Amino acid sequence: MGQTRLIARLALRDLRRRPVEAALLLLAIMAATTTLTLGLFLREAGSDPFQSTREATAGPDVIASTGPNDGTPADLASLEALTDAPGVIDHSGPYPMIGAELEASGGTAGVWAQGRDPLAASIDQPKLTQGSWVRDGGVVVEAGLADALGVGEEDQITVNGRSFHVVGVAVTAAATPYPDVCYATCWFGAWEPDQDQPLPPSDESESQPVGAPDDIVTFGPPVGDTGLVWLTEADVSDLAPAADALSYIVNLRLTDPAEAPTFVGTHGSIRGPALATWQDILDMHTNVVQDQQLALLSGSWLVGSLAVASIAVLAGGRMADQTRRVGLLKAVGGTPRLVAAVLLAEYVVVALLATAAGLAAGWLAAPLLTDGGASLVGSAGAPSLTMSRVGVVTAVALGVAVVATFVPAIRAARTSTVHALADSARPPRRGAWLIAISAQLPVPLLLAIRMAGRRPRRVVLGVVSIAITVSGIVAVLAARAQLAASVGTDELHAANRVLLVITVMLVALAAVNAIFITWATALDARHSLALARALGATPREVSAGLSAAQVLPAFTGAVLGIPGGIGLYMAVVPDEAPIPQLWWLLAVVAGTVLVVAVLTAIPARLGARRPVAEILQSELV
Amino acid sequence: MVNNMADPAVLRAAGLRKEYGRGEGLVRAVDGVDLEVDPGETVAVMGPSGCGKSTLLHLLGGLDRPSAGQLWLAGRRIDQIGEKALAQIRRHAVGFVFQAFHLMEELTAAENVELPALLAGRSPRAARRRAVELLDQVGLADRAQFLPPALSGGQRQRVAIARALSNQPTVVLADEPTGNLDSAATLDVLRLLETLHQTGQTLVIVTHDARIAATADRLITMRDGGFTDQTRLTGGTTGHLSALAGLDD
Repeated sequence: MGQTRLIARLALRDLRRRPVEAALLLLAIMAATTTLTLGLFLREAGSDPFQSTREATAGPDVIASTGPNDGTPADLASLEALTDAPGVIDHSGPYPMIGAELEASGGTAGVWAQGRDPLAASIDQPKLTQGSWVRDGGVVVEAGLADALGVGEEDQITVNGRSFHVVGVAVTAAATPYPDVCYATCWFGAWEPDQDQPLPPSDESESQPVGAPDDIVTFGPPVGDTGLVWLTEADVSDLAPAADALSYIVNLRLTDPAEAPTFVGTHGSIRGPALATWQDILDMHTNVVQDQQLALLSGSWLVGSLAVASIAVLAGGRMADQTRRVGLLKAVGGTPRLVAAVLLAEYVVVALLATAAGLAAGWLAAPLLTDGGASLVGSAGAPSLTMSRVGVVTAVALGVAVVATFVPAIRAARTSTVHALADSARPPRRGAWLIAISAQLPVPLLLAIRMAGRRPRRVVLGVVSIAITVSGIVAVLAARAQLAASVGTDELHAANRVLLVITVMLVALAAVNAIFITWATALDARHSLALARALGATPREVSAGLSAAQVLPAFTGAVLGIPGGIGLYMAVVPDEAPIPQLWWLLAVVAGTVLVVAVLTAIPARLGARRPVAEILQSELV
Repeated sequence: MVNNMADPAVLRAAGLRKEYGRGEGLVRAVDGVDLEVDPGETVAVMGPSGCGKSTLLHLLGGLDRPSAGQLWLAGRRIDQIGEKALAQIRRHAVGFVFQAFHLMEELTAAENVELPALLAGRSPRAARRRAVELLDQVGLADRAQFLPPALSGGQRQRVAIARALSNQPTVVLADEPTGNLDSAATLDVLRLLETLHQTGQTLVIVTHDARIAATADRLITMRDGGFTDQTRLTGGTTGHLSALAGLDD
């Protein structure tokens, strides 16, 4: 117990002695834990707005729809039969529907036009976010569609060529989000074909929704992205070329909403109405969130790797700075195990603080990343901090800290007491060919290459750090380009928010790394740089040398990061291979080198201006 | 900046002062020193530890800046010039020899010696040629490719002296050059300094060792940051060094 207290006291004292380093360390691990926490929270955060919308609109548990098929009118009787099925306690509808084309000043879209009673329904009464509910000649536009087309109350639109006045905008929990609104043509996860009713042979399966028998789909909106509008039943009937062209929908309330998949499993059939559960709709809403979650989890691994690099550099730098302290600990009877334990304890303490801070930051930020978009009301509440989530985040933070500090801690524990007390610097590596080449170069490059050659592992760490960052940025840019071409506005905005978080985390950590590495290099090379200055190198040459010692590995890392980023993107999204433009790649490399040069300028300048006499004298003490 | 080409002194200090701290913690490491060093002169500075000898040497070589006073090196006033100009003065006019040698461990003897020439912008070939020549002069031609850890203390200090001479400096400033050496190595270094003296190299040597001081043209004694005594020796002891030092083989 006494030894544990001693270790804790020594670790805390040392952290307090160097608060800036401790803060940067905390920041590095916190970036990793926050990103990981966001990834773990995101799915839950995404479901909250849907639940709010479901409550606000009296959302159905099951949505049943049917349409005309191959000249046969919709089977309204089978739809109505469902309203009397066991477990159904209430329903609304059937409501007529027709697939149509909507034109507005902001563009065109395919829509399902659903006919509704001007009076409020007991189930699925869309909640108005603008204006009023349907009336003859007046259309209510689903909020996601309205947002995408930029239409609102008082606007004029046409549906199948007929002009309507937009009287309101509303949200619903009874439909999948724009641009994927889908009724009888879609087959959801809860329903599985009955073994006794095999699917008919398919010859056009490519054009049908996954799992749908190909001979069933004969109706629906005429164009790609599909939204939803509500009209009066009379207006919908007027839009249909004939009465038997109408589709119908009914919303069901069950005794137990959780049993909706079981209900669908019992009553679903290939020829019967298409059934969708509220859980299916939720899944469609959270698909966006799943992509974000995947991006954040991948991003958290990248950020975690950078955090390992940060801590390794920082721990190595601190070790160079506290050799004498290690010697003193050993001289007064500290065992190698105690020395290693003190050093590890420092980083474990910081990792635990970073875990708490990362969990808190992720917990607070998750709802901001998933506001549900225009198609849902309300923002997500705070996700719950379960033991398993806390455990995962803590384990990752501790893992990062222990992996990065294990080698320096063991090295310190093994250092001879006499050497440590004499503060003998770790002998530098000699790269004979680098020294020979550098003799041919201008002074700053001569100093840079010799500095880099002294500590090759630190150079590798710098290259890896920049390569990881550039890989992440390239993957993020590829994902943005891909998303911009393939998803709707809501999804794009949501994805962009997540990608921005990852980019900011990566760039922030890479910046911290660049500063750490420069600082560690300046610290480690302080004696040789002071000597170079005593022999006539100017401060500018020394600071340019220190910067160049970071810029050269950064260039290598940036070049390696480009194929790394494309590979990373392809690993996460195997079906898509982004091919970036050449100028874009050149800009990433040039930008990285420039940013590293700027970031390292200040620590390099400070390192180059340390008093020469003081440093050279300190070597004698 | 003031240039005084007519100034015959290689080094001249007037009212030189270096202070650390403030208030009650104020320490005057160098306190109002006046000094002139003529070309080819060897000046030894002696005094107890902490009396300000090394600080004075750092000030004279432009490694540190004085708190007050004026300082000229090779006819140029250096107490007010910028870091870049100071670096160039150190590059061309000053050679340092340190007690702890301060060789770069990852560089061979030849690479250490050629470093000042490379920093001064000489071609790699010329720098290497000069390094080999100097190592030959200090008797280490056969150790040119050795790394410092493979050399004895005396050999390291001879490499350091060779390095100090790389750019043919106006003055060599040596801070306890034998402080870390055993008797035999001390003799080697003394002989080398004697040779430099004979060739007309201006030397300022800070030392605890009376034997080295006895080789100088002038002996200055320091205490509490100031000069307490200056003794002009009779032309130094050139030619009798080893006997004087009692280190004859």
